[in-house]
Amino acid sequence: MDDAEAKPAQTFRIEIAGGASRIAASIAIVIVLILAVLPIFAGRTLIQDFIFLFYMLALAQCWNLLAGYAGLISVGQQAFVGLGGYLLFALTLIGGLDPLLAIPLAGVVSALFALPTALIVFRLRGAYFAIGTWVVAEVYRLVFAQIKPLGGGTGTSLTPSVTSSVPGIEWVKTLLDVRTPAARDIVSYWVALALVVATLAAVYFILRSRRGLALGAIRDQEAAASGLGVDIYRIKLAVYVATAAMTGMIGALIYLQKARISPDAAFSVLDWTAYVLFIVVIGGIGTMEGPVIGAIIFYLMQRYLADFGASYLILLGALGIIVMLFAPKGLWGLVAERYGLTLFPTRRRLVVETDKRIQLNP
Amino acid sequence: MTGWLDALIQGVLLGGLYALFAAGLSLMFGVMRLVNLAHGDLIVLAAFAILVVATKLGLDPFVAVLLAIPILFVIGFALQHVLLNRTLGRDLLPPLLVTFGLSIIIQNGLLQTFSADSQRLRSGAIETASIPLGGGIAVGVVPLLTLLSAIAVIVLLNFIFYRTPIGRAFRATSDDLEVAQLMGVDHRRIFAIAMGLAFAVIAIAALYLGLRANFDPTIGPARLLYAFEAVIIGGLGSFWGTLAGGIVLGLAQTIGARIDPEWQILAGHLAFLAVLVVRPRGLFPRAQD
Repeated sequence: MDDAEAKPAQTFRIEIAGGASRIAASIAIVIVLILAVLPIFAGRTLIQDFIFLFYMLALAQCWNLLAGYAGLISVGQQAFVGLGGYLLFALTLIGGLDPLLAIPLAGVVSALFALPTALIVFRLRGAYFAIGTWVVAEVYRLVFAQIKPLGGGTGTSLTPSVTSSVPGIEWVKTLLDVRTPAARDIVSYWVALALVVATLAAVYFILRSRRGLALGAIRDQEAAASGLGVDIYRIKLAVYVATAAMTGMIGALIYLQKARISPDAAFSVLDWTAYVLFIVVIGGIGTMEGPVIGAIIFYLMQRYLADFGASYLILLGALGIIVMLFAPKGLWGLVAERYGLTLFPTRRRLVVETDKRIQLNP
Repeated sequence: MTGWLDALIQGVLLGGLYALFAAGLSLMFGVMRLVNLAHGDLIVLAAFAILVVATKLGLDPFVAVLLAIPILFVIGFALQHVLLNRTLGRDLLPPLLVTFGLSIIIQNGLLQTFSADSQRLRSGAIETASIPLGGGIAVGVVPLLTLLSAIAVIVLLNFIFYRTPIGRAFRATSDDLEVAQLMGVDHRRIFAIAMGLAFAVIAIAALYLGLRANFDPTIGPARLLYAFEAVIIGGLGSFWGTLAGGIVLGLAQTIGARIDPEWQILAGHLAFLAVLVVRPRGLFPRAQD
């Protein structure tokens, strides 16, 4: 028995990143850098459009992690958008805090609210969970409508002293030679960009971690994942609380930018859940690329068709139904299947290398 | 004291309306395990259908609903056959997303056709008629009819489910789809009939929705939540449980409103969450999820 025979005939290697994804990563860094300096060239409307695109994308990534990976199909994420928004208003208007400090704090408090909420709604399974989360969002809306210092049912506005107290505004004003409202937008734009990059990075690293492997297993086959020792309840709870924190921060940013809040707008199922759901499904659920594609498509539709009002929403609903029925993996799914592409490499692939020398001499 | 007794009576009567909302949802879940996010909007759609039939033909809503029922049965049958049957399977997302899409399409379609104005079904003197019970308490005729109709619908649904061949097929497909198919049951047709039946119940719910209060295209989602809460409070799989769930919800809302008018809806939601914490399977559970 010689040494060669003792070696395994095949070696296995787990590969995550592929060629296309390495190129994609470099392109992504370039895109982020370009986006970071965009306010120097771009007009105010474009900056506002991009803020909208960024927060819809960030919300979509959160919902995708929740529904696409953890299988928690929630139609009540508006609860945390509204909560984050109201927390920002409470912390700055009543607490006198710096708005940029209030955003992460809103995330922490949203997570604290999410924990007891989860303990109740997790008693419902599947589709019932979906409607249960909606009921919870309604409870949040009705409770905030009762809080008189925050404007009750009609809502309230941020005072100019709060909106102009955001650090960096003066600096932007002198640096880019713009007026205060434009400078405010630019600061919001950078915060939104930072938040969307942070959300993408967070989702990416969660999915590449051990927990991410477990999440992928839950997505593919929950019973099998449980059989292999994944603690389904704990991991779902962790994802629910983590996405609530991220969604809360995004909500705080959205309402810092809007500077006016009311219960009906902040807890709107259409704005913060229906749109997000269609973005994820049209783009491709259960992938990181899907929501990016979906958000860009949604942004373009919103930009050019939103004036049609009700007809536009009918079109959006119909498009969602058609994609769900005929391309359930979404537009990215069609592309990825055809060309085998992954831009955000979160899947592990088994690479088998056969030692040819041994194979020749079996 | 009279005020509280009155609130209790009104709560039970309001529960009749919620039981009617919930009966259709309970039927869809019972037969095809479908959770229909467009349920509330379908009730509003049916209310507009009754309104159109009543105004175009100059009929009383109680007569118009008799014409609307067969129309809605056909629409429900077709909807299930053409669209919803394709979404049923192991994956939860397709039925949820498709019915969510439908909800948005119906809401905005109604908004475009009928505008956002509030509408009401008019039926003359019966709308305001009431029966005095003495002690300053009176019961409205329409709320009373609502509760009686809810009971009648549930008796009828139980009769269909447990005494007829189609009911046997409903129960068979619900218990074990594959074995039912082996026995020659065409489940697609059975599901379509069940949806048609659910739409007939929706028509009756819509009649009382329109008679009791104003409605407009945007109120659907709230009705879905009430219907859902009644089903879960009552426990899955039992129509009588759904009636009990509706009454619990109605009571919670009227008692809440009695304390502070702004708390009506909130009190209903909180009662639902409380039941979920204390008895997660509802008060009278029968089916396994």
